Amino acid sequence: MIANYGYKDGSGEFYISIDTDKCTTCSEKGCLESCPGQIFEMMVDDWDDEVAAVKASERNKIKMTCAACKPTTGRPELLPCQAACKPRGITHSW
Amino acid sequence: MSENQQKEYWRWKEYNWKNPEIPDWKGGLVTAGVDVGSTSSQAVICVDGQLYAYASMRTGSDSPSSALNAINWAMEGTGLTLQDINFTVGTGYGRVNVPFANKAVTEIACHARGANFMYGPSVRTLLDMGGQDCKAIHCDDKGKVTSFLMNDKCAAGTGRGMEVFANLLAVSIEDVGDMSFNVETEPDPVSSTCVVFAKTEATGLLRAGWSKEKVLAAYCSAMASRVVSLLERNGMELDFAITGGIAKNPGVVKRIEKLLGVQALTPKYDTQIAGALGGALFAKALVEKSAKVAK
Ligand code: SF4
Ligand code: SF4
Repeated sequence: MIANYGYKDGSGEFYISIDTDKCTTCSEKGCLESCPGQIFEMMVDDWDDEVAAVKASERNKIKMTCAACKPTTGRPELLPCQAACKPRGITHSW
Repeated sequence: MSENQQKEYWRWKEYNWKNPEIPDWKGGLVTAGVDVGSTSSQAVICVDGQLYAYASMRTGSDSPSSALNAINWAMEGTGLTLQDINFTVGTGYGRVNVPFANKAVTEIACHARGANFMYGPSVRTLLDMGGQDCKAIHCDDKGKVTSFLMNDKCAAGTGRGMEVFANLLAVSIEDVGDMSFNVETEPDPVSSTCVVFAKTEATGLLRAGWSKEKVLAAYCSAMASRVVSLLERNGMELDFAITGGIAKNPGVVKRIEKLLGVQALTPKYDTQIAGALGGALFAKALVEKSAKVAK
């Protein structure tokens, strides 16, 4: 399942998408430790699989939180969360 | 207090219903779903996966008693007691506070499962317009969620936003949609995306001489544009269906259809029960799964 967390406001669309099918076979769960904003958590989904999610308290402020990882120039090809997610299950819309 | 303030225009009617085609539940697998939402709560009882009874009522001051009141009302006249229900799933924002539930399941999964039953297996894109948030959901032919996108940043585009407007204009929530079509020309949508500012804007428009109908048209239109952008962000795939209280508001539904250029499927049941219905169907699947494991 693709879980999209985030929002749209007057300044744009800010969504982090997690392909939770990849989480079910992910042993490292690199997203948890790699994110300086600590926005990820593990949850048990409706099919009793352990998958990553963006914490509810973080969903409405990801634009601000992620700004530190997204410099206007010299943005890395992979953000820290994406680099740490070996199955490549994380995408950002902005 | 004025009459307008005393009357709660935003409330949907409360009711219960029993399926006349299922004379008795005895001997069947009885499962229940209870959806405790921010403003209304629904309880659905299924017998062998068929819709048997349901109730929809206001959410009270706390989730546990709202859940209990809803299930008691759904069971009224059936001879059922809580002990006769084999498995209950709690869903909605108060899902973890349903004291008699065996499991809590997210409303995203329950709405998709419920919509699959209500509209049939062809539903691929579902819009759930709840009281507090709005969700665009993709599901497969079994009603399993394949992707979802949720917007809970602001009450605009949610049931709560519409309720605020119904109260402001002293128009029953059940009449808002039809009234919004009584305009000669469609006004521009209210510009604010935040319900608090939209309310201020609406008050200004009324003072400027706009009719209630015209203000409602502008708000329904703003709400439709907002949710359409959510749907487009998640991708549109047919067939398309809407669940939740706003699905009963033609003023928003028809404007969404016009913006998307597609028609939403016509529901067979009250769209507000989709979450609880999905919960009851989930409960059946869970009972069957555990029976298989036990074998
Ligand atoms: S690292 Fe990626 S695949 Fe693994 S749990 Fe986190 S998001 Fe899921
Ligand atoms: S961009 Fe940075 S702050 Fe945002 S989710 Fe990824 S690692 Fe965390």
